[in-house]
Formats: sequence, C-alpha cells, structure tokens
Amino acid sequence: MIPLSWLLLLSALLFTIGVVGVLVRRNALVIFMSIELMLNAANLAFVTFSRFLNTLDGQIFVFFVMTVAAAEVAIGLAIIVNVFRLKETVYVDEINLLKG
Amino acid sequence: MAALFQDPLVQLAFWALVKVIVILVVMLGIVAYLTYFERKIAGHIQVRPGPNLVGPWGLFQPFADILKLLLKEEFVPDGANKILFHVAPVLAVTPALTSFAVVPIGPNFLVTDVNVGLLVFLAMSSLGVYALTLAGWSSNNKYALLGGLRSSAQMISYELALGLSTIGVLMMAGSLSLVDIVHAQHGAFRLGPLALPHWFVFTQPVAFVIFLICAFAETNRAPFDLPEGESELVGGFHTEYSSMKWAMFFLGEYMNMLTISAITVTLFLGGWNGPWLPESLGFLWFFAKLFALIFLFMWVRWTFPRLRYDQLMAFGWKVLLPIALLNVLATGTIVTWLGNR
Amino acid sequence: MIPLLFVAFAAVLLVSSLLVILHRNPVTSALFLVLAFCALAAIYLLLHAEFIGLVQVVVYAGAIMVLFLFVIMYLNLGHDVEGGVTLLLRRGLGWLLGAALVAEGVLLLRRGLAPGPTAPPDPAAVAGNTQQVGLLLYSRYLFPFEITSVLLLVAMIGVIVIARGRRETPPAAAAPADEAGSPGEDA
Repeated sequence: MIPLSWLLLLSALLFTIGVVGVLVRRNALVIFMSIELMLNAANLAFVTFSRFLNTLDGQIFVFFVMTVAAAEVAIGLAIIVNVFRLKETVYVDEINLLKG
Repeated sequence: MAALFQDPLVQLAFWALVKVIVILVVMLGIVAYLTYFERKIAGHIQVRPGPNLVGPWGLFQPFADILKLLLKEEFVPDGANKILFHVAPVLAVTPALTSFAVVPIGPNFLVTDVNVGLLVFLAMSSLGVYALTLAGWSSNNKYALLGGLRSSAQMISYELALGLSTIGVLMMAGSLSLVDIVHAQHGAFRLGPLALPHWFVFTQPVAFVIFLICAFAETNRAPFDLPEGESELVGGFHTEYSSMKWAMFFLGEYMNMLTISAITVTLFLGGWNGPWLPESLGFLWFFAKLFALIFLFMWVRWTFPRLRYDQLMAFGWKVLLPIALLNVLATGTIVTWLGNR
Repeated sequence: MIPLLFVAFAAVLLVSSLLVILHRNPVTSALFLVLAFCALAAIYLLLHAEFIGLVQVVVYAGAIMVLFLFVIMYLNLGHDVEGGVTLLLRRGLGWLLGAALVAEGVLLLRRGLAPGPTAPPDPAAVAGNTQQVGLLLYSRYLFPFEITSVLLLVAMIGVIVIARGRRETPPAAAAPADEAGSPGEDA
C-alpha cells in the first residue's frame, strides 16, 4: 500500500519543520506550536510502525503522547500568560531577566 | 472509462457521492423549512398566528426570506480580518453536514459505515467551535469578540458531558459504529400485554437527559443562547455579519440542531426501528422521531428563560459532568454484573 | 488509489506546517496548524488507525488548538515584529540546520536503511480497531493509564495555580505602608 520510506520521510520532514520553527521564530506561542509539530511527527512514526509490524503498541503510545501533549500545552500556555502579565511581551529574546 | 468504473473503490466513491448529494439537498431543504416552522411554533406558543401571508398558511415564507437575504447589502467592517471573516460562516455549516455521513437514516440508507461513527460526530462538534471563535475575533468588534469567546467556552465545556453521556450507550451497544448501536436497539421488552421498545432512552434515562441538555448548549439554543442573545450582546458573535453570511450562520445553527437531533435519535431513540412498518420503510420512523425532537427544541426555546453565563458554566462543570461520570460508573457496574451472572 | 490519497494529504500537511512557521500572524499560524492536524488525522485513517485518527481531531484540533486560540486572543497579539542583525544570523543558522537534517534523512532513506516488513495487516488486528486498542490499554498498559490520570490531575492543579497570578501586593511592601499609615490615623 503506502511504502514505509514515504511515511518515514514525511515524519522526518515534519520534525525538521518543527525544529526550524523553534530556532527561527521569536514568538513564544509559535515556538510552542512548532513543538507540537515535532510531537506529531513522532506520533506519525509510531503509527507507521504499528501498522508495519502488525501490532497495536504503537497506537497505545500515541494515545499517551497525546495526553502528555495536552497537559504540557495547558501548563505551557499558563506560564506564557503569566510571563506576559509580567513583561508585556511574548518574544523570547526580550524575556532575558536572567541573562548575564 | 467503463474499466475505471469496475474498480470497487471507485464504485464505492461514486455511490457515496450520489448519497452525499441527495442528503445535502434534502437536509438543506429541511433546514429552510425549519426556519418557517420555528416562526410558526413561536407564534402559536405566544398566541399569535406567525407568518401566514406568503402562500397558504405562509408556506412559501422561506422563499421570501431567502430572496430578501440575497438582495440585502453586504458589507465587511473596516478593520476586520478579510479571510477569516469570509471563512467563519462556511465553518459553521460544514462540520454539521459532515456528521450526516455516518448517521443511518434507514436500514441500508447511509453514506458510509465507519467503525468509529460516534467519534466522527464528537470530532465534528469539536471542530464546530472554530466558526464562532473566528467569527467573533475577525469582526473587530468588542461585542462580537465577547460573544464569540463566551460561546466557544460554553461549547467546549458542554462537549465533555456530551461525550461522557454517550459512553453509557457505548457500553450497552458494545461498538462505536452507529449502525451497530441502532441494531442493538432492535426488538422490545415484553411485560405481559405491554411491549416497551428496546431503546436506550429507557435503559439510560440519565444519559438521555444529560445528552439533551448538552445538545441545547452545543447548538447555542435557548436556554443556553446568551452568547448570541439579542437583548444581551447586540448580536453576539454575528453582530457584524449581514445578508448571505448571516444567513449561513443561521443555516449553520439549524443544521447543527438537525444533526444533533439525528444523533440523539440514533443513540437513544432507536434510529430507524419502529413497530408496524416493514424494515425497508424504517426511514419514515427516523424522520418522525427527528421532527418530534426538533419540535422539542423549538418548544423549549420559547418556554424557558435564558441562563446567565456564570450559571451556565457552573451548571456544565459542577452538575452535569459529575452526574455523567456517575452514570458511566453505574452503567459499567451493572453491565459487568449482568454479564457475569 | 490509496498512495495517491496519501500523497495529497501529505502535501497538505507539509504546506500547512511550513506556513505555520513562516506566517507573521499567530492566529493564522494556529489555524494552519489545525489544518495540518486534520491532514495528519486523514493519514492515520489511511493507516487503519481509526481510533487514533479521530482522537487526534477531537483532542489536538478540537481542544488543544482552541486553547491556543483563546490565549492568542486573550493576549491580543498582532503581527509579529521581526528585525535586527543577530536575528538574521540566528535565522540563517536555523534554516541551515534544517537543510542539514533533511539531507541526512534523505541520505538514510536512499541507502535503504529502513526496510521493514511489507506484509498486509492481519484482518483480525484491523477489524474493530477501538476494541483492540481498548483491550490492550486496559490489560498490558493499565499502570501507565492510571499514571496518566494522575498526570492530568497534576497538570490541572498546576494550571489553576499558575494562571491565577498574584491577588494582592506582597506582604513585605504592605507592612511598612500599614505602619506609616496608622500613626497618621491616630494623630
């Protein structure tokens, strides 16, 4: 059906886009979105191998990754909101109180 | 060309497309007349005749309404986000229509039998939140933003209790597929001369009530329509919309109502099951139950006062969610106990 | 037919995720991310993971991204402002690293280091995907499941505490103000 290498290539490209997003953007929220992209790339790899090894363990793992991602997004956004209240900005290069 | 048609996948896609077009046309026609029925029912509840000028008993009123809406001036506010402003009404209608792809209207009358049909409905109702949020945000208007944020917060809060109340049904039917759930409601209990149909509304009454209340909240209809309340927030999230785009929101609201009624009928009221008629005419029973439920929606709108926003949120989180969880616990216990005997 | 569908959805996924990181307006980035998640859910459906695909739409596209949009609207963020030489340097390095990663991935795949079995899936394993997932989740993976619920509880408590912020001024600043105020009131 769908060749394994195509799916892995897609997962790798998605992960790379996420990495570039984290490195290139200033806005903390967009960086967070890029982290979600990376998590989804890993999910895709899990589901791919679950299909090709005829086992459901990969899908169970994706279930747990989604739960952890939801919890992480909630806490991360709460932190960003709090930082915004303090510093009036979401640009990560302006949040440099601890910088030497 | 004929060779292409031999491929079973292409045949499946073609017939699915035909069914989709039929459902689209029929449902849009029903929704157009729902606006007429709403006004007629509202009129009679308020001891006045309702629309009765256009055609006999005002039956051609929807055509007059559509003509008026098409000819109205349409303008976009100054600072509005152009793309989102135009996309939001489309987003209001699309998820509701998509849910109809998995609803079994008759024994062989459904577009496709996905084995996770119930999750498709929950997914589409989750996507429906975006329409209101984006409409409120892109209008560049304080009232619209407030209305949009309020209504999306309300929708995501009541989605939880909605999903949890369906778990009881899921446990009793043993499958997420809506076709299997309708088949599980076949037949009847016999109590002497009486026969009670095997519908889940009788075995899961608490879940039915919770689902119905959440259905009112999900479709933003009274008594949960504060976000679009005319007397509270001007027009809520659709303050800045005019003409066809407003018509699309209106259409979306009635479409949502139709979809959630169809799902309620499928999950709790036995779908196309019914006495005295042969199975092939099951769709008549489906439509009968559907319209009864829609009448209930409209009746409730013109009977109950509107809930205040904090009352609404407190009710969803502090009352409905715990009761839904207790229902899941109780159903699980009873199903296991009955299964082990 | 199915590989064609996969290529279509993969194209949508890649284009929308590129637009997520390239677009200036965070609201548009969030919406493109929603599109990317829906395309990914379609790919999961093509891989016969129906439960995971639809849970992806319900959880990621339907709940997490709504949360993102709420925060963006609450903070009232406009278009991103970019600028500065150090910024250009950082960006250049970022894109360079991205290109290096892509080249690495393509190289590995060209050398055939990912063979894997290509047998069609077992019919018993494919039918009733949700039932199979449920059986596995509540037997072998019961402990992680329970721990996940504790995790969600901790996250909920954490969010409420963090997002509540400070109510009143800290006690150290309030005390001298009180002492300075009371002699004035008595006199």
